[in-house]
Amino acid sequence: MILQKFLLRLITMAVTLFGVAVVVFIVIRVAPGDPIAMMLPPGAGPEDIARLRALYGLDKSLPHQFLIWLGGVVQGDFGTSISLRQDVLSLVLGRLPATLELATVALLIALIIGGPLAVIGARERGTAVEAGIDVAGGAALSIPDFLWGLVLILLFGVLAPIFEISGRVSPSLDLPFSTQFYLVESILRLRFDLTADLLSHMFMPALALALPLAAIITLLLKQSLKEVMDLDYVVLARVKGFSETQVILREALKNAALPTLTLIGVQFTFLIGGTVIVERLFSYEGLGNMAIDAVINRDLPLIQGIVLVFALIFVLINLAVDLSYALLNPRLRHG
Amino acid sequence: MNARPSCLSISGLTAILPNGSRVLRSVSLDVKPGEVHALVGESGAGKSMIGKALLGVLPPSVRQVEGSIALEGTELETLGAAARRRLIGARTALIPQDPLTALNPSRRIGPQMSDRLTHILGWPAERARNRIREMLAEVHIREPDRVIAAYPHELSGGMRQRVLIAAAFAAEPRLIVADEPTTALDVTVQKQILRLIADLQRQHGTAILFVTHDLGVVAKISQSVTVLYAGMVVERAPTPALFATPQHAYTRALMAATPRYTDPASSLQPVGSAVLAELALEVQNADNEWKRAHG
Repeated sequence: MILQKFLLRLITMAVTLFGVAVVVFIVIRVAPGDPIAMMLPPGAGPEDIARLRALYGLDKSLPHQFLIWLGGVVQGDFGTSISLRQDVLSLVLGRLPATLELATVALLIALIIGGPLAVIGARERGTAVEAGIDVAGGAALSIPDFLWGLVLILLFGVLAPIFEISGRVSPSLDLPFSTQFYLVESILRLRFDLTADLLSHMFMPALALALPLAAIITLLLKQSLKEVMDLDYVVLARVKGFSETQVILREALKNAALPTLTLIGVQFTFLIGGTVIVERLFSYEGLGNMAIDAVINRDLPLIQGIVLVFALIFVLINLAVDLSYALLNPRLRHG
Repeated sequence: MNARPSCLSISGLTAILPNGSRVLRSVSLDVKPGEVHALVGESGAGKSMIGKALLGVLPPSVRQVEGSIALEGTELETLGAAARRRLIGARTALIPQDPLTALNPSRRIGPQMSDRLTHILGWPAERARNRIREMLAEVHIREPDRVIAAYPHELSGGMRQRVLIAAAFAAEPRLIVADEPTTALDVTVQKQILRLIADLQRQHGTAILFVTHDLGVVAKISQSVTVLYAGMVVERAPTPALFATPQHAYTRALMAATPRYTDPASSLQPVGSAVLAELALEVQNADNEWKRAHG
């Protein structure tokens, strides 16, 4: 039964990814802009163009091109980047860790801000404190992440230059890392000087990505908590002698977390989408930044590779949300 | 007047809604140690409100504006919020109305039963666990370990109410508020649960404030009764006296409106309009008096 569910899930994931592959393949070829024209110096003759088209397989029909590409992808060959002339898969895998670390730190910041604010707001429901949280949440939510990025640059980069404003790590540092997961590796190697430098670079883009998500978590979790607070088992916990904060943390939080968790999953995918612009803003060397370059250069294989990796991340996040949902709700686990 | 202090002594308890209308109209009552005191009245008479005011869990819209509640001689009003909460947690317990909603669906039964013992009363985990097993045996649950490890949805309504009753008695409280504990159950289960509460009450010598709308239950379980109408005490008497010589016309009317299983052929009498008019007048008088006293 569980195996059956798991297989079904895998098939669904494969179908989703195939759909994404088809759409992105067609869209970037139908959209205006010719990669070959971008590569050749002015004055190249029609024979040169034809030769290059043949070299990259662009002279074949769309379905034929797609089959060739898909055949490669299935075997782990995502093709060669037209602009960078390197293997797409190794390019993407080289940049992916930077984006994953940024998105994870952003998610943690959002949880650290949003969780406690939701609990405080639920405890102080109906007071000026809750009203203040609502106003702040509304403001954080209505300002998009890249605009937060600009605000933060102004605050912590210009007015009070505390944090690094651009890049992923200070270029002067000697990096002993053997993977691209710099942050994780710096912690594992106990090189906390490097961790501090990485976090200093990461702080502003991560916070910019985190603030709208933090607002969503605060408002939704607070609302769910308030709905739970008048239920019989919460009242019973108060009669047992537990304080309001204890009641929220012990009885209400786990049940109220379910709707928030689903939304965090959805919002986290938006957050990863947001890395594209925010990474650009902070010259952070991640996948998003590379995606913009790839689009500017009409680097079809690279765009396809990046989009497919993004899609894979989204699918995996959804899977993780479903799994944690079952973990939090015992009725689903047994049913 | 009994020489021993009352277990619970409520006097002049008044609570209002935001619009100023009173849901409790200067209620006074006394529960002696170890006795079952029934609070009876129609729905909306404010009988649950009294228990909630005592336990400190009035709904946000209801505000206690007057009166005192003393638990074993301790005026609750004189305590700070935290001290009051701890006293309530240590000396009282609640058997809720609906066992289906009174257990947290995402926590196992065991911790839900023992958390008062371990977290509020500071018992060691081992002692609390043993106590929970004992209590589950007392409420005739045959597989205590299965129940302790279960989630609420794995138990029937009757089982859940047994669990809640066991949890209420586990800390040996002096006073239990039983808020219509059988109303949400099947008729067949109601009788068992009622007998179970009565047995445990006798064995443990716990005083119970028993909220009910059912005079049949009052007769079976209680030693004294307070009859409420519209948040106002209509009559207060030892149970045998109340049934033998009801003083108030409303009490007599309520008795006539209670079905008798021994005599199913007798027709039920709704509370008559003359009685209701008399009650309305009494409520009116009480309100006028209150308004005079409070400007």
